[in-house]
Amino acid sequence: MDALDGNAIGGLLIDVFGTEMTAASSTCATCGASRPVAELVVYRQAPGTVVRCRTCGSVLMVLVRRADVTSVDLSGLASLSQPGSALSRQAA
Amino acid sequence: MARTALRGRLTWQAAAVVSVTGETASVVTIELDPPHWPGHHAGQHLDVRLTAEDGYTAEREYSIASAPGEPVAITVERLEDGEVSPYLTGELRAGDELELRGPVGGYFVWEPGDGGPLMLLAGGSGVVPLRSILRHRRRTGSDVPARLLYSSRSWQDVIYRDELGQDHDGVQVSYTLTRGHPAGWTGHTGRINQALLERVAWPAEAGPLAYICGPTSFVETAAAALVGLGYPPERVKTERFGGTGGR
Repeated sequence: MDALDGNAIGGLLIDVFGTEMTAASSTCATCGASRPVAELVVYRQAPGTVVRCRTCGSVLMVLVRRADVTSVDLSGLASLSQPGSALSRQAA
Repeated sequence: MARTALRGRLTWQAAAVVSVTGETASVVTIELDPPHWPGHHAGQHLDVRLTAEDGYTAEREYSIASAPGEPVAITVERLEDGEVSPYLTGELRAGDELELRGPVGGYFVWEPGDGGPLMLLAGGSGVVPLRSILRHRRRTGSDVPARLLYSSRSWQDVIYRDELGQDHDGVQVSYTLTRGHPAGWTGHTGRINQALLERVAWPAEAGPLAYICGPTSFVETAAAALVGLGYPPERVKTERFGGTGGR
């Protein structure tokens, strides 16, 4: 199955974050590469969505939806920040 | 309690289908009338959800084909093994309802203030959001120069053929056909590569802003070629729709 990119999960990310996130900037916790969420590699196969770094391939985000609950693992990200409304987290 | 849409949240809504218009043998444009539409930006998409009688649902994203201010429309290509597109292209009729939410996306969007010159690269139905950008450019009277290179399997598969037509309003349109071409064809042939882009794309010195949309392999090739020609990666915006449809 071909990879998509972060544009494809714009709606899902609005569900999770409550705001547009494809233009947000992400930083990979493994290699430090920064790029907009829209440019990340996305594999979407039920029941979950896996988002990987385009530079090193590390898993950055996993989103799994079950019934009305979406479980979110962002531990592969060093930061996720949206210009204007800083949604930032430090690396674990 | 009354259902209230949370600010910033996307709410599914049933939109009336206004019309279904054939574009090519396998592509239709569907005009929609969603009851709540905040307006969209050129390049955005919307999510469509189909629900089967047994409750099974399938969601897909479709680029918005119309410009901001125009009635909402999507253009859909039928994928033979698809779950959603065969229904949208073959069964859906004016007067039906379609469940959708949107608009979605804040990255692959263009406003006249973003400038250019615009270098638009389309693979198959990847032309849809680029058509929205070109229409928006025209409707706003933008004088940003624009070039569109459209890669299609064949001339019959070219979407919006009449609209894109020849060069117009400062837009230079060129085509490359990947699986055969009509007799007397004077356009380009074969898949996109750096040699073709070197001839067709704005030189990097012009400071172009590029938008590439198409199947994943098309986008990867086109983006790498533009960067190889000196385009800064942050001036090359990409949107991949997977599969090989459209090529």
